[in-house]
Amino acid sequence: MASIRKLEKHQARTAYLFITPTVLLFTVFTVIPVVMALYLSFTNYDVLSRNDWIGFDNYRRLIEDSLLWKTFRNVFFYSIIFVPLNILISLLLAILLSRTWRGVKLFRTLNYLPTLTSAVAAATVWIWLLHPEFGLVNGLLSYVGITGPAWLSETRTAMLSIIMLTLWQSVGSNMIIYLAGLQGVPDYLYESARLDGANKLDCFRYITWPQLRPTTFLVSTMAIIGALQLFDQAFVLTQGGPANMTKTPVYLIYQQGFNQLQMGYASAQAFVLAVAILIFSLINMRITKAEEPIV
Amino acid sequence: MDTSGGSLLKRSLSKSIYYIVCIAIAIVMFLPFYWSVLTSLKPDEEIFAMPIRWFPSHLTLEHYRKAFTTVPFALFFWNSLVLAVAGVLANLFFGSISGYAFAKLKFKLNKPIFRVLLAAMMIPGIVTMIPTVYVMRHIPFFGGNDIFGSGGNGLMNSFWGIILPGASGTFAVFFMRQFFLTLPSDMMEMARIEGCGEFKIFWRIYLPLTKPALATLSIFTFQAGWNSFLWPMIVLNDPDKATIQMGLQAFSYNFQTDYGPMMAGALVAILPILVLFLALQRYFVQGIAFSGIKG
Repeated sequence: MASIRKLEKHQARTAYLFITPTVLLFTVFTVIPVVMALYLSFTNYDVLSRNDWIGFDNYRRLIEDSLLWKTFRNVFFYSIIFVPLNILISLLLAILLSRTWRGVKLFRTLNYLPTLTSAVAAATVWIWLLHPEFGLVNGLLSYVGITGPAWLSETRTAMLSIIMLTLWQSVGSNMIIYLAGLQGVPDYLYESARLDGANKLDCFRYITWPQLRPTTFLVSTMAIIGALQLFDQAFVLTQGGPANMTKTPVYLIYQQGFNQLQMGYASAQAFVLAVAILIFSLINMRITKAEEPIV
Repeated sequence: MDTSGGSLLKRSLSKSIYYIVCIAIAIVMFLPFYWSVLTSLKPDEEIFAMPIRWFPSHLTLEHYRKAFTTVPFALFFWNSLVLAVAGVLANLFFGSISGYAFAKLKFKLNKPIFRVLLAAMMIPGIVTMIPTVYVMRHIPFFGGNDIFGSGGNGLMNSFWGIILPGASGTFAVFFMRQFFLTLPSDMMEMARIEGCGEFKIFWRIYLPLTKPALATLSIFTFQAGWNSFLWPMIVLNDPDKATIQMGLQAFSYNFQTDYGPMMAGALVAILPILVLFLALQRYFVQGIAFSGIKG
């Protein structure tokens, strides 16, 4: 009896030793920064000199910050188009490529390839694809007699360009997650539905889609969290322009914090963005009605 | 006879349509790659040829030479490689050792600590970005800092500032834990009876069984490290420490009219991930299925 307790004690000591590096790094680079972020958002910290408590001044200031709200409008517009399209396309791809026919693996790989590219490299390629005169997109449009726009420098199309690029880059990985989800749908459901005379559309509506709910919840949550933090592509592709049409909150926070060194104010902005992300995730939870927790 | 012939025809017809759709999608997804490879290998005068020249008259490596000579691209490449490989090794080790502890060892705080780690995954990166810079700058004993963390630059402008915050990513811990949970515990007990030490049990018996998971995690963390852009841009100011993403961005920004070298640079920036993915691909889907991220 005593030796079992001794063994358990020894085991626990080893376990704490094993997780020490993780917990230490987590404390230094996550716990402390989160607490500090809240504190900094109530100060006028600017790296160089001051670090005074100024109460709610930062938060009062951002209510009147029209540029901040413009960046929010931009990223909401982006998300409202990007997230549903992302889910729709990746689900359709997954259903299409869930068969085990010859060559399907190759198609999966080809659809997955864009997700491996970095945002910067992909944006660099797309700068050239979207070139108004010599780019591939307008080149292809000219085959059917359409004169394409100057994608990146027109206020109407700049954000659409970013949507196209990020869709191209992200549907592949969500397709893989949906493929894994589809494998988890038990076959007997389809078999019994077919016996009841259900057609393919019925099967999708009453079996596949409800069964994939946890997957859709996961995919859409990640897409929303990512979309509201859009930065890399907007930075490389359009530098936030034209006329701030593609400037995003993260972009603004980066500029405010690291170019203008107004870190206190930038922290307040970051908190507002975090709250927005939380709200949208909760709304999404309601819509996708994930009954079971993800983990 | 007739009906079976008819259904055979119908089947091969639907199969043909299926493949045509798949091929069309694959072409759309692959076209940006083909287009940038083509541009990077075309002679200058054909880059701006309209209508599109799908096959150049001859191929040239001139743009690749130019990409590596106008900016220190090889140095950027090396910097990124060092950072990404360090990130992979750190995550594989710390992620698996603490994942193992959370999955296989009994200790009182197992559940609470793990829950806190998971909850922190929901905090958007932008919130901790600014205070993490503060923590970096004032970390004691590093970069000329004294015990109170003042006097020097801390971990700013050092590779450690990139490596340490991500050295034991929550995702890595979670991912490895899920995998260790699928492995039986009786090997552990057998080894203990034979007097095997706890670290040896982990290192010699369990770790070798997680190869598919480690391979998948390698791809994920290498990709994350190699592709990261905003954080290195904040931490590293020294041009000699710039990563390939920073270099590529500056490069495409300064040489906007030089599309040949720009495409060459973008492709070089994509290449290592492509190679790694193709090398480890067979483990990849298996790893995803195991991790349970299908939801």
